[in-house]
Amino acid sequence: MTTFEPTVDDLLRTLAPQVAGVLTRRWGDFAAAEDAVQEALLAAAMQWPAEGVPRNPRGWLVQVASRRMTEQVRSEQARRRREELVAGQVPADRRSAPGADTGDESAHDDTLALLFLCCHPVLSPASAIALTLRSVGGLTTGEIAAAFLVPEATMGQRISRAKQRIKASGVPFRMPDSAAWPARLDAVLHVLYLIFNEGYASSTGPELRRVELSREAIRLTRSVHTLLPDNAEVAGLLALMLLTEARGPARTGPDGELVPLAEQDRSRWDTVAIAEGVALITAALPRGPVGPYQVQAAIAAVHDEAPTAAETDWPQILALYGVLTRISDNPLITLNRAVATAMVDGPAAGLALLADPPPALAGHHRLYAVRAHLHQLAGDREAAMADYRAAARRTASLPERHHLSLCAARLATRAGR
Amino acid sequence: MKYMLLMQFSEKNVDFPKLDEWKPEEIQAHIQFMKQTNAGLAAAGELVDAQGLAMPETARIVRSHSGGAPVVTEGPFPESKEWVAGWWIVDCDTEQRAIEIAAAVSAAPGPGGRPLNMPIEVRQIMAAPPTEL
Repeated sequence: MTTFEPTVDDLLRTLAPQVAGVLTRRWGDFAAAEDAVQEALLAAAMQWPAEGVPRNPRGWLVQVASRRMTEQVRSEQARRRREELVAGQVPADRRSAPGADTGDESAHDDTLALLFLCCHPVLSPASAIALTLRSVGGLTTGEIAAAFLVPEATMGQRISRAKQRIKASGVPFRMPDSAAWPARLDAVLHVLYLIFNEGYASSTGPELRRVELSREAIRLTRSVHTLLPDNAEVAGLLALMLLTEARGPARTGPDGELVPLAEQDRSRWDTVAIAEGVALITAALPRGPVGPYQVQAAIAAVHDEAPTAAETDWPQILALYGVLTRISDNPLITLNRAVATAMVDGPAAGLALLADPPPALAGHHRLYAVRAHLHQLAGDREAAMADYRAAARRTASLPERHHLSLCAARLATRAGR
Repeated sequence: MKYMLLMQFSEKNVDFPKLDEWKPEEIQAHIQFMKQTNAGLAAAGELVDAQGLAMPETARIVRSHSGGAPVVTEGPFPESKEWVAGWWIVDCDTEQRAIEIAAAVSAAPGPGGRPLNMPIEVRQIMAAPPTEL
């Protein structure tokens, strides 16, 4: 397979470390220099075979890689400027919904308008998430692809198709009018919530927590809260994220295994995040109208404020789930409500709520997991074991499968088998 | 060269109970072993991908149907005695090395800490045509 002429590839392999050395000395950032060199090598590999090797190949590579470095630094600076602009904005007026005829578009309106555009209902959730992270969050396609464990080309395609979709639908780049405002804001909050959830409880793959995505979701939601300080649901969503993320460090054990809320070491919870979340939700609730994010944040706050699992104010949580059931139709609420009912009125009462589950829950692994937990509380080991195993066989999350299998195994051990 | 190491679970080629019937410490040892194996492959630059599949209970069989809508059959299949549990995709220099990795994952510990000796199918992944010089 060898030829006696040194190929373009051989030449590039010889030059690569030299060019990386020049750039690292010049910029002082090896990792970035190395990336830039990779791109220059790629450009050379595509151009040289067709156009011939330049007279000074090393100089050519240094020049192309340096240009890449400059572009990187510029986009990094632009991203930082954008962030400072958003974080430092004090809204000129205190209206939550500017009129459609607002002529004076300031920078913070631009940020919001961009969010409304990226989260437009014409897009699928996956597309809206990708576009939001890139256009508003300033992440690269590669970073987003890595966060969602898909090839970069796939993510690039998803983003460009989302842009085409928006272009084709003719959605204008401006604030939605007051009639459309609530629904459009809901869409934005839903996308931010999905980003957070993806990071917090990754539904696929071996890793339980993808911290970067939840942090990114918090950062974006914080900027929306800065722009719309009077909106109670925005404050509720930010509080919910903070109060949930606060438990993150205690949610996994030393070997990466799942640790349920009741068994978490509460000294590892982030008290700063809890304090901020509690303050946010306490201030938001009286402002109304009360929406699902505020109620969920209130529930998270009750959990986070309990010094031990035993001291959890379950009657209050049960009451809040009652409110949530009236304003939201998410079937998973039924499961959490059953747990709260069991803690207040005993496991039999909780199980009774799940005797006739809504169709959306039929066969859902969490239905089995909750039933198993309630059977265990009731002391019915056989039923608990059977349901833990059924849940383990139905989950698509590896850490959860391990956790549920372990729950079944522990019961079997205690039963003396 | 890339190889797929296929973990094909078949009731007739295993002589151990289902994982959720093991002792807790046996499950934990098994998970630890798999994690360390994958970390080792990643550190050696040989790991391309490693995925586990959800159990057959959630499987669906789909067949297009000339008469109209596709036919979707829901699991679980009581008669299904074999299923793909998961796979590794490794990128290594020789077939011998792929076989070595397969042997290592086959020896994952099970009940009583004994190696499971699961059969692992080693399949080369087809690549671009050979370079013509």
